[in-house]
Amino acid sequence: MNGPRRFPEAAREALGDSQLRANLRRATHTIRDRRAAVVAEIGEWEALREAGRAIKEATMRHLDVHLEALERSVTDRGGVVHWARDAAEANATVARLVHEAGAREVVKVKSLATDEIGLNDALAAEGITAHETDLAELIVQLAHDTPSHILVPAIHRNRAEIAALFRRTLPGAQGVSDEPAALAEAARRFLRERFLGARVGVSGANFAVAQTGTVCVVESEGNGRMCTTLPEVLITVMGIEKVIPSLADLGVMLQLLPRSSTGERMNPYTSLWTGVAPDDGPQAFHLVLLDNGRTDVLADATGRQALHCIRCSACLNVCPVYERTGGHAYGDTYPGPIGAILAPQLHGMRGPTTSLPWASTLCGACADVCPVGIDIPGVLIHLRGRVVAQAARGDVPAGERLGMEAMARVFSSRRRYEAAQRLARAGARPLARGGRIEHRLPGPLAGWTMSRDLPAPPAQTFREWWRAR
Amino acid sequence: MRVALFITCLADTLFPEVGRATVTVLERLGHEVVFPEEQTCCGQMHANTGYRAESVPLVRRFARAFEGAGADAIVCPSGSCTAMVRDQYAGLAAASGDAGLEASVTALVPRVFELSQFLVGELGVEDVGAAFPHRVTYHPTCHSLRLLRVGDAPLRLLRAVRGIDLVELGEAEACCGFGGTFAVKNADTSTAMLTDKLQHVLATGAEVCTAADSSCLMHLGGGLSRRRAGVRTMHLAEILAAT
Amino acid sequence: MSGGAARAAVLARVRSALADVPAGEPGAAVPAVPAAAAPDDLAGLFADRVADYRATVTRCAADDAAIAAAIGEAFARHGAGSSVVAPGVPEAWRAAAPGPEVDEPALALERLDAVDGVLSGCALGIAETGTIILDGARRSGRRAITLVPDLHVCVVLAADVVAGVAEATARLGAAIVAGRPVTLVSGPSATSDIELDRVEGVHGPRRLEVVLAG
Repeated sequence: MNGPRRFPEAAREALGDSQLRANLRRATHTIRDRRAAVVAEIGEWEALREAGRAIKEATMRHLDVHLEALERSVTDRGGVVHWARDAAEANATVARLVHEAGAREVVKVKSLATDEIGLNDALAAEGITAHETDLAELIVQLAHDTPSHILVPAIHRNRAEIAALFRRTLPGAQGVSDEPAALAEAARRFLRERFLGARVGVSGANFAVAQTGTVCVVESEGNGRMCTTLPEVLITVMGIEKVIPSLADLGVMLQLLPRSSTGERMNPYTSLWTGVAPDDGPQAFHLVLLDNGRTDVLADATGRQALHCIRCSACLNVCPVYERTGGHAYGDTYPGPIGAILAPQLHGMRGPTTSLPWASTLCGACADVCPVGIDIPGVLIHLRGRVVAQAARGDVPAGERLGMEAMARVFSSRRRYEAAQRLARAGARPLARGGRIEHRLPGPLAGWTMSRDLPAPPAQTFREWWRAR
Repeated sequence: MRVALFITCLADTLFPEVGRATVTVLERLGHEVVFPEEQTCCGQMHANTGYRAESVPLVRRFARAFEGAGADAIVCPSGSCTAMVRDQYAGLAAASGDAGLEASVTALVPRVFELSQFLVGELGVEDVGAAFPHRVTYHPTCHSLRLLRVGDAPLRLLRAVRGIDLVELGEAEACCGFGGTFAVKNADTSTAMLTDKLQHVLATGAEVCTAADSSCLMHLGGGLSRRRAGVRTMHLAEILAAT
Repeated sequence: MSGGAARAAVLARVRSALADVPAGEPGAAVPAVPAAAAPDDLAGLFADRVADYRATVTRCAADDAAIAAAIGEAFARHGAGSSVVAPGVPEAWRAAAPGPEVDEPALALERLDAVDGVLSGCALGIAETGTIILDGARRSGRRAITLVPDLHVCVVLAADVVAGVAEATARLGAAIVAGRPVTLVSGPSATSDIELDRVEGVHGPRRLEVVLAG
């Protein structure tokens, strides 16, 4: 990640990178237009969204029941289920399973859960090389970078940057052009050998069906099919919130996800597997069920809905803040509006991610596109309240609290309010010119006057005019 | 109809012309306007910044101020402050554990309207008899658009203004970057959003940029003024009041 | 081995986090989504939608001779000289594939990597999304055969085309309960990872030829 920085500081740096902003603007606008077009094709879209929301809400309210059912179904089908309280436990489990398979390398499908727990680094420390096989994840891995978007992790890089990276770091790609097709071909040649030789595949899961024990991975390139089909051993790491009760629920989710994420009617490949199939694909399957802070999120009845997220990234693509700053400014695996409500909760409302609930203008664009109806602005406000309430941790400037309390006192009395109006008028008089204050003001108004003039209070308030009328 | 004006603390203190214009428009349409003087601030800044406890007394004050006004409707020239009352008051009142407050909020909330919503949706009026022979562009503010769902009500009102040259704003539905305390807590990001929005405003060649929220207009106007752009901001009510 | 302590701890945390949920609250039923009006011409919509994702669609009559002819043309278009065939593909179709090797017994991975193409049938098609569904049964074949070769020729019977995704998942129950893997394929392999420019053909079959019969 980008170090322990709070959002405003990290954003300032990102805003200074004009190439980044141009890349982000182009990408987010392209994908949001595509989404809008395919969503408009579906007459019953709002009913589908409501179904998605209701499925997720009901599942979370009985999560223990569904997890136990999933465990039973997977086990019945020849899979092995592991539980992990935190990242360290999950990483240790995966490393042990790789060692037991006698492998030193694994091929990986793009997975946020494994990014979140830092699996690749943990495996490296155990002498195991993890090859990212999604094109964007490969770009990020080769550049020793971190993903900046949930769906298109290298959205912050343009073709020229990627071509330069491949020429420098990808075996056999010294002369590659910056055409996306040529870059994809170079990645194909490099990765095919890895796929054909891999003994262990590692994946995340988009969904897992409790009733049948079926795990679902949704992807486009075919690398997901390669990783979940060709190796002898498959290890899937999934957050406990990814379980859904039934195949009917999967039918709803598979209508919501592709249109919301890539703006396609359906993504090229959706793989569903149920334990181990004799003579078809991996003959050993391990499912690691990961908590790593999710039960803390579950414990907040309002914040819980952050767990409904199906990682489509539609909220990132419409967010005016994300569009300007990109994903790295959020300092977490989960950026954008969903990250602003999920990341601080996963971190137990501690550390720099407590600045994320304020990384929003509450414009509401995210709530309008969320395919499972998460009230992101409502949760942002709720989490702001939680951070303010834990005043002792110092996540809120002391001056802000004093100012807010003073303002609340002023607004609580008509007499004090009217006195404050007069005081503001008198105080502004020496600063104002032509009805405007152009000075860079100190204190809380410094942020305002860095780029905007402030109107000077006029000679008469509205209520003074009303009384004199 | 007897209409109580919910002016908002911002317009009361900094933009009294918006309040005067709102009164002008409502009276021109034949309605009686009252102004409950006990009103101060709706509490949005506190609630949205995380100071929920501090906002509850302001909810109570609002309820007391308006409940005695005997008004058929409470009208406000701000989409954002109207949305605060309509979307958040019920929850704040319920969480306060004060059953009396909950009851008065439940009774009041359905009668609170943003100005354009009231004129077009409730009164069915689009032509308010205004004339404004200038080139104007309209910025739909986020809370009007996505919380109140006022739709094209402000545009319908503007299209009926005589002499107006209404030009479409590029990427109109993008947030201007104000966002309440966001503008100071994340000043750099707010400024970047403002810069993009102002480019679209300037590209229209409009003399006036209008909206239905004094807060977003203060942000846009402050940016235009800092750039000496020569474009004015005016609240929708001011254009509707002009003859 | 699978961490009895971790299991107990996670489940206990989940239960404690859900203290606000009333005991015995029934699991809510999924709200019904009104089905979209099924188009009059399912096969026509399916063909359009498959083509929309830059797969090639050939429509033919639902008899073996017509299907075989279409298969032959599909392989010929890409100059394919060798192929692997799913074991449940009818003999009349198989004969139209170039140098067909039936995947029974299962061919080695190296062989799959060396052949030019694969011929399979499928379980279902989805009209609304232009999706073909492989269900791991003999006509679809095991997963690797439709993954590793560069060209996939897939025969879809018009009678197997359903309107939407929900109908398809409902029909997949039997295959899934039987433990068979299921793959939904919508067009050829693709990536949009570089500047969101769509590039067809990364790892999976780079070309998809759909023969729609009937």
